Amino acid sequence: MMPDFLAERWALLAPDLQSLIIVTLQIVGVLLAVVVAVAMLTLAERKVIGYMQLRRGPNRIEIFGLPFLRGLAQPFADVIKLLLKEIIVPGHASRFLFLLAPLIVLVPALATWAVIPFSPEFVLADVDAGLLYVLALTSLGVYGVILAGWASNSKYAFLGAMRSAAQMVAYEIAMGFALVGVLMAAGSLNLGAIVRAQEGGFASWNVWWLFPLFLVYFVSGLAETNRAPFDVAEGESEIVAGFHVEYSGAAFATLFVLPEYANMILISALTSVLFFGGWLSPFQGYAADAAWYSAPSFFWLFLKIGCFLFVFLWVRATFPRYRYDQIMRLGWKVLIPITLLWIAVESVLAWRGIGPWAA
Amino acid sequence: MLVAILFWAFSAVLVGAALGVILARNAVHSVLFLVLCFFNAAVLWLLIEAEFLAIVLVLVYVGAVMVLFLFVVMMLDVDIEALREGFARNAPLGALIALIVVVELAYVLWVRRLGVELPGETAPLAQGASNTAEIGAVLYTQYAYPFQLAAMVLLIAIVAAISLTMRRRPGLKAQDVSRQVSVDPAERVRLVSMPPEREP
Repeated sequence: MMPDFLAERWALLAPDLQSLIIVTLQIVGVLLAVVVAVAMLTLAERKVIGYMQLRRGPNRIEIFGLPFLRGLAQPFADVIKLLLKEIIVPGHASRFLFLLAPLIVLVPALATWAVIPFSPEFVLADVDAGLLYVLALTSLGVYGVILAGWASNSKYAFLGAMRSAAQMVAYEIAMGFALVGVLMAAGSLNLGAIVRAQEGGFASWNVWWLFPLFLVYFVSGLAETNRAPFDVAEGESEIVAGFHVEYSGAAFATLFVLPEYANMILISALTSVLFFGGWLSPFQGYAADAAWYSAPSFFWLFLKIGCFLFVFLWVRATFPRYRYDQIMRLGWKVLIPITLLWIAVESVLAWRGIGPWAA
Repeated sequence: MLVAILFWAFSAVLVGAALGVILARNAVHSVLFLVLCFFNAAVLWLLIEAEFLAIVLVLVYVGAVMVLFLFVVMMLDVDIEALREGFARNAPLGALIALIVVVELAYVLWVRRLGVELPGETAPLAQGASNTAEIGAVLYTQYAYPFQLAAMVLLIAIVAAISLTMRRRPGLKAQDVSRQVSVDPAERVRLVSMPPEREP
């Protein structure tokens, strides 16, 4: 695999150093994959919504002048444009916090990928409390949003920050309760173990017995990522663009575009892992065991993530924005009672040994 | 060795952030320093392999409690100068509390130096044992009643806080969503058939 002279040098390195280099390369690889996926997702969003609205979407910028790839380079053109633009810090803004806020949104959105199991063999950090780690990190992103709104010294940004804070705290509770149901089904906080607990074809995935929790989780995921129809934190028709109204250039790209889309992919990945068997094949157990399409692989996770991302875009093109009080009502008075009720039902099922708990 | 270096580095940041909480002029900056404090405390717990506690600290305090703190502090127009005026009057009380804390800490350190076996001292977990499972096993067997009691106290606190702040104003025009959803178009819209007006 490696040329001989490199292999010799490699063997000379201390084992600690070797593993450090390998882990660093793995992290860089995963982050690069996420960033490229974000770039492609922005294009996919504009294309999908374009076709849903009977338009073509971006179709001008080509790679290497290849006509059949028209529009594919659009995200890269956008990135170059955003990076070259000037970053304007508003007057009387808290400069340090204003520039820190984008990083606070960005870091948790990327760090959460450490515990996502991509395939039976590959996960960056096989943490026992993986699910708690995910919950803890996703709850940090709200700081960036609040600080961005506060440090901007703008009333629109501040209103957006306030809305976002209240919304995220409300939906985090529903999300956490939905995850409690998954824990009860899997009996572990380790994401790999949660996937392995769903083995045996699509009929044994968590989604069937935990269907209400799946719905609650996905709706909360929409709200947590501030996506339509829960995007009142931006609310361009009421408060201009909410918390990121004062941001421009690279700060805007890292504050708003990259974390939002990275979080969308993350929520899709988590939904696949928690409810749809992650890297497990839907045909597992229905075909000869050696068949390629019944073997677990990264391909299945990729396919499932793609489906959920499409739903994200579909929802955005379909539903009008919720009014603020309706968002609060949905979170506190509908989703949280549903999860509480279903956890009670689930514990009765587990106690009587019905369904997946029949052992 | 590496663990010791990390411990001292994070402890230094922790103490610095704690000082920042009480010295910062802006209340929002104080809250952010407190967030930094919690983070460093969580890292210290990670260093002694209590990863469940560390993550729960971040999840509960940083992810939920401090967000609400920040929310309130930003909304309030805190006048730092007015708060400073009461400083001299409350200084003796503050000094007393500080003294008590220092004495307690010194006492704990002194007891440790005697080499007495403390009730909290336990052997480190075996390799591969799950921290989370161990805590759960103790929490739901040995400490089941205190745990339930604490949960009930918190629940009562929530109910009390809501009942104190909830006010029912008469004549409030709020929407009844279930009535809105279940409305029948026939009740609201009357289709009238009438001849078109003639051109003048």
